[in-house]
Amino acid sequence: MPRSDHQAPRPNRQAAPTAVCRPSCPGLREIIMAKLSLNKIGKSFGKTVVLKDISLDIEDGEFVSLVGQSGCGKSTLLRIIAGLEAPDSGDILIDGVRVNDTAPKHRNIAMVFQDYALYPHMSVAENMAMPLIMARLPLHARLPLARRLSPAHRRHKPGIQRDVAEVARKLHIEHLLDRRPAQLSGGQRQRVALGRALVRDPKIFLMDEPLSNLDAKLRMQVRREICELHASSGLTFVYVTHDQIEAMTMSDRVALMHGGSILQIGAPNALYSDPDNVDVARFIGSPEINILPGVIENGALRAGDISVPVRLAPGCKIRSGAVQIGLRPEHLVLEKVPELAYPARIGTGIPLAFRKHTIEDLGAEVLVHGRLAGHPDHEVRIRAQKSDAYGAGGTLASAKDWEVRINPAHILLFDATGSRLPTEPANSDREAEPAAMRRGLRQQAGLA
Amino acid sequence: MATTSGPLQRAQTRLAYWLVAPATLLILLIYVLPIIVVFAASLTDYTLVSDYYEFVGLDNYRKMATDAQFGNALHNTFVFALLFLPAAFVVSLVLAIAIQERKRFRSILEIVYFLPVTSTLAAMALVWSALLDSRQGIVNGIVTSLGFAPLNFLGSEDLVLISLAAISLWSIIGFNMVLFLAGLTAIPTNLYEAAAIDGADHPIDKFLKVTWPMLGPTAMFVAITTSITAFKLFDTVAIITRGGPDKASEVYLYLAFLEGFEYFNMGYSSALSLVFILLILLFALVQAVFVDRRVHY
Repeated sequence: MPRSDHQAPRPNRQAAPTAVCRPSCPGLREIIMAKLSLNKIGKSFGKTVVLKDISLDIEDGEFVSLVGQSGCGKSTLLRIIAGLEAPDSGDILIDGVRVNDTAPKHRNIAMVFQDYALYPHMSVAENMAMPLIMARLPLHARLPLARRLSPAHRRHKPGIQRDVAEVARKLHIEHLLDRRPAQLSGGQRQRVALGRALVRDPKIFLMDEPLSNLDAKLRMQVRREICELHASSGLTFVYVTHDQIEAMTMSDRVALMHGGSILQIGAPNALYSDPDNVDVARFIGSPEINILPGVIENGALRAGDISVPVRLAPGCKIRSGAVQIGLRPEHLVLEKVPELAYPARIGTGIPLAFRKHTIEDLGAEVLVHGRLAGHPDHEVRIRAQKSDAYGAGGTLASAKDWEVRINPAHILLFDATGSRLPTEPANSDREAEPAAMRRGLRQQAGLA
Repeated sequence: MATTSGPLQRAQTRLAYWLVAPATLLILLIYVLPIIVVFAASLTDYTLVSDYYEFVGLDNYRKMATDAQFGNALHNTFVFALLFLPAAFVVSLVLAIAIQERKRFRSILEIVYFLPVTSTLAAMALVWSALLDSRQGIVNGIVTSLGFAPLNFLGSEDLVLISLAAISLWSIIGFNMVLFLAGLTAIPTNLYEAAAIDGADHPIDKFLKVTWPMLGPTAMFVAITTSITAFKLFDTVAIITRGGPDKASEVYLYLAFLEGFEYFNMGYSSALSLVFILLILLFALVQAVFVDRRVHY
């Protein structure tokens, strides 16, 4: 892309977040768009397959997170987008143009590295000026001694300094411009790395775990700042993280990667409440989802001694057999404690007997660990309001046997291989709670 | 040390002194005492052949100013250093960078270049003297087969320092290269990646913006050790040329050796040695003060 002269006014991105026009060549107006498309990207290192035919479309101005455990290929994918790594197969398209063979500097991308990769021998100002010097000055004007004689160096220097100062002001690091990276705190280095990326006016912003070296409190703050930066710049962001909370809170869409493939891509809430796969359900959500074994036979889901009618969607591949039942910790609602006859609420849903082990106090809420009757081998986590869990005067905390309820609509079913089994919504709560099941529950509670 | 001086503190202090005593004593015996003895000898006219000596004050040092041999040795040493230093630095750096980018033959090349370091220079000097012989040497065989007149590498006043520099170069390149390789390996790869994204992907830019500045501490170390190697040139001179032809390769340390052990002027030799130590110290100090600030961040 031909760079506009540095004297050209910087576009006000806040006014027009997605499509910014700015003067470039005379008579031509260039629209800054950055739609990123990955088409069947494959990559292996030796015999290890790292990426398996990844296809992904990222819209202009979108914030997409690549999330997954370490080794899932998310960083490699980001490096392929940046041009630091070449894919073995597949195409990378930026605005419809294939960039597989384009050098990183010509892709108009900026990247923030996990450990920031600031040049330790340069001041903050020099670090931030680096991309501009490289883009605006010819080689002879960049050489250590020759540059003093170069008119290009003299001509561009004020513009570079001005642009660096402007970005520094935006990021509140003007007072650090003369320091070296070693003299900065982690958060300040992070900001300088952002500044170095921003100053070049990129189309696409790539971030590789940028928050992982910060302490928890700072991480929250910088997380918000990056979101604000995304909102105000209107740039396309691709963000790699292993932290599902970061991915959930920051992104427009989350792509969950596992073993070199994208398991699911969608809005954060879609991944949470409507996961395609048991691995997605497990990864997204904290505390982790409870997974219990069950069986579907004759249109009913049986788990332990409980059976619930289940309506699999017409397109569902299997009609019976072993399944995995996913229960989110907050969907298990504390109902009552039989021995205390403590009605926490008039609940709906299927009642389940629960034996409490420990309570973790998280402040506003609590995490209760225990086991459901009929599943002695599976620890189950329940997330509850503190007042519900402790009851009046803390009487509940001492009770071991609880009754919890789950709304059948909240049950997620996966087949033995982990694929989601689509279900049709139950008609009413009453239907999902036949009297026979209640009897079964009572018996178990007695046994437990 | 301790502001409170209870019996325990005093016992600890005493123990600390006992513990550092052996090392301190050794340093004094091995390094400090000889320097003091040399300094004392340099103030006398002590010769190896006579027990009688007199205190002559700074006469030995005054003699240097007028001694033509001293001027000649100093001149030869600096010419040698000028020939040897830049090559020893640049060639090993270029080799290190070239080898580092190899994946397959890296270790083989490392070993090949490092081999001369493992050999005994005194023995290798004899081999070199045979190779560079004006009549039967292989090097001259190659020169004449190319149609040139044979060169008297070790017998010509103009060539002898160049030949000696080449031999020293051969013996030190591997060592410097390994030092540079260690420095190069320590440069984080993501700096190069950041540079590539920032647009510094041209080899010259990569070198100027990342490699060279990050190599600073290594480069300084190499520069100082190589300078010292250059100034203390002795064994090849002693074995191959014996200072010849016509004192054209008589370098500083060889002169000090001649004065002390051939002419038996121990006093003057001691003075020369002391000046040598001071010169090296000064040189290292200047490098450290001026360069050190610019290479450590």
